[in-house]
Amino acid sequence: MTLDEILYSLFPQGHDVEKNDLGLVRGSGVLARGGRVQVLGVVDRTPIGADEALQLSEWVLDVIAQGGSDPILILVDSDSQRMSKREELLGLNEYLAHLAKALIHADLQGHATVGLLFGHTAAGAFIATALATRTLVALPGAQPEVMDLPSMSRVTKLPIEILMEKAKSTPVFAPGLENLAQTGAVCAKWNDKRSLADQLQVLLHERRAHRDQRDALGKLRNGRPKAADIQDRVRELALQAQ
Amino acid sequence: MSAAPIAKRDAEAEAQRKAASWYEASARERVRLFLDVHSFQEFIGPEQREISPHLHIFNLPEQFDDGMIAGRGLLEGQRVFVAAQEGRFMGGAFGEVHGAKLTGLLRAVRDAKSIPLVILFDTGGVRLQEANAGELAIAEIMRALIEARTAGAKVLGLIGGRAGCYGGGGLIAGCCSALAVSEQGRISVSGPEVIETNRGVEEFDSKDRALVWRTMGGKHRRLIGGAEIFVDDTIESFRVAAIQLCRCASAFDTAVLQSEQMRLKQRLRQFGFCPDAVDIWRSQGIENPDAVPDMAADDFIALANRIREPRYDAR
Repeated sequence: MTLDEILYSLFPQGHDVEKNDLGLVRGSGVLARGGRVQVLGVVDRTPIGADEALQLSEWVLDVIAQGGSDPILILVDSDSQRMSKREELLGLNEYLAHLAKALIHADLQGHATVGLLFGHTAAGAFIATALATRTLVALPGAQPEVMDLPSMSRVTKLPIEILMEKAKSTPVFAPGLENLAQTGAVCAKWNDKRSLADQLQVLLHERRAHRDQRDALGKLRNGRPKAADIQDRVRELALQAQ
Repeated sequence: MSAAPIAKRDAEAEAQRKAASWYEASARERVRLFLDVHSFQEFIGPEQREISPHLHIFNLPEQFDDGMIAGRGLLEGQRVFVAAQEGRFMGGAFGEVHGAKLTGLLRAVRDAKSIPLVILFDTGGVRLQEANAGELAIAEIMRALIEARTAGAKVLGLIGGRAGCYGGGGLIAGCCSALAVSEQGRISVSGPEVIETNRGVEEFDSKDRALVWRTMGGKHRRLIGGAEIFVDDTIESFRVAAIQLCRCASAFDTAVLQSEQMRLKQRLRQFGFCPDAVDIWRSQGIENPDAVPDMAADDFIALANRIREPRYDAR
């Protein structure tokens, strides 16, 4: 689906979401049963550098400053983080962390955050946007990845042919929506043949628990067999030891 | 034990800490020497053999603690939680078990509310052989870290290991209440090789070690405000810094985030057009910026304190 189709399907009653020249979107949409959703996002497979991250975090902080409890929907079709000397000179890690912190804080302040992955995303950009929301959903055709295979090959010193071969049979490292969903990273895949407004309404109505439940989901889907249990055990041991 | 032997034992420990390089030490040595003598207690230690469920797919050797040590101890008599990454195992990278230990610890920190956590970072980022589990582990850690800070706990990061603090590790560091870094402690998202692979050697020459250090190293991070304290490479220095950070680190709320927004915006405005770290340092008023990389730690600390007072209210 294109951005316009997605916005139309999400907000048939109208929206004022606009794209700026950085490849970012901002606006809000009206929910069918009343109320507004604050929308922001990164589109056109734009890489997230310091400038983009800082603009997005400013918008999130604006929503918090306005008060109320409008949900925040973040639309994601991005590249990875912007890979450049300039970004690292400026301390891109702080800009991306700041954006993630703003999103997590907004959620804890009562602005339920929803990520909608409709295109590509990767690496640090993925962590700072989609993975920093309480509930991440994806449309068919979404292409999340941790790292592209050529870079992976360089870092792991494994030939790319071997990585491509392993990628076919090993969901825990291979790029792609199904593989990430198995780990619990993606809560649900939306149906692009049905009204997105209805699916958003159901999701917001469910009012998921505040607590991060991706570990339980990853265990249930058999993508991360150990994480949930290890987390619980360490937490309990640490609290007993107090 | 009576007072005299205890004093003797503590003096010996201090001498050991002063002689020990943080960079050279293993994660276990760091934890043992960093905390008060005999105070460390581990949660799910190597004897439980909770190894990675994925590394065998690549015929890679596992480690019984999966490269992450989680536990508690005393720091100058105060209770702290501690997590330490072993940079010599899989580059300290975040895998499923490795990350889950830190998430679990952070959730305990959140629930306990008042006991600080010190994270001894040493990581290349996501462990690519289990990339999806590692990526999500980092997201879970960041969520748990912010929940812990929101509950009132402090989470402090120490960075000076062989693997530096790269990729998602850099993002987690950016979520901490405060950081101490040594010269060796590189902090960055994209590593030198990843930038070079994607953008070419003209953008970043990963073999140019001087370029790597001055772009990502501890001195530059301290000068631009990416870390609060710069320390020289001993375990004692990191311990003293951690004690200070426990005292100074700020709470976490909307005001802190707004201050951080301003801080990062100002940095972008001030340095966004500088082509190199040396240009940034010069624009900060450092008279001989080319000399910064070779400066001794004490001289550099004095210079950094003159150029930029550390801020504790904007991260």
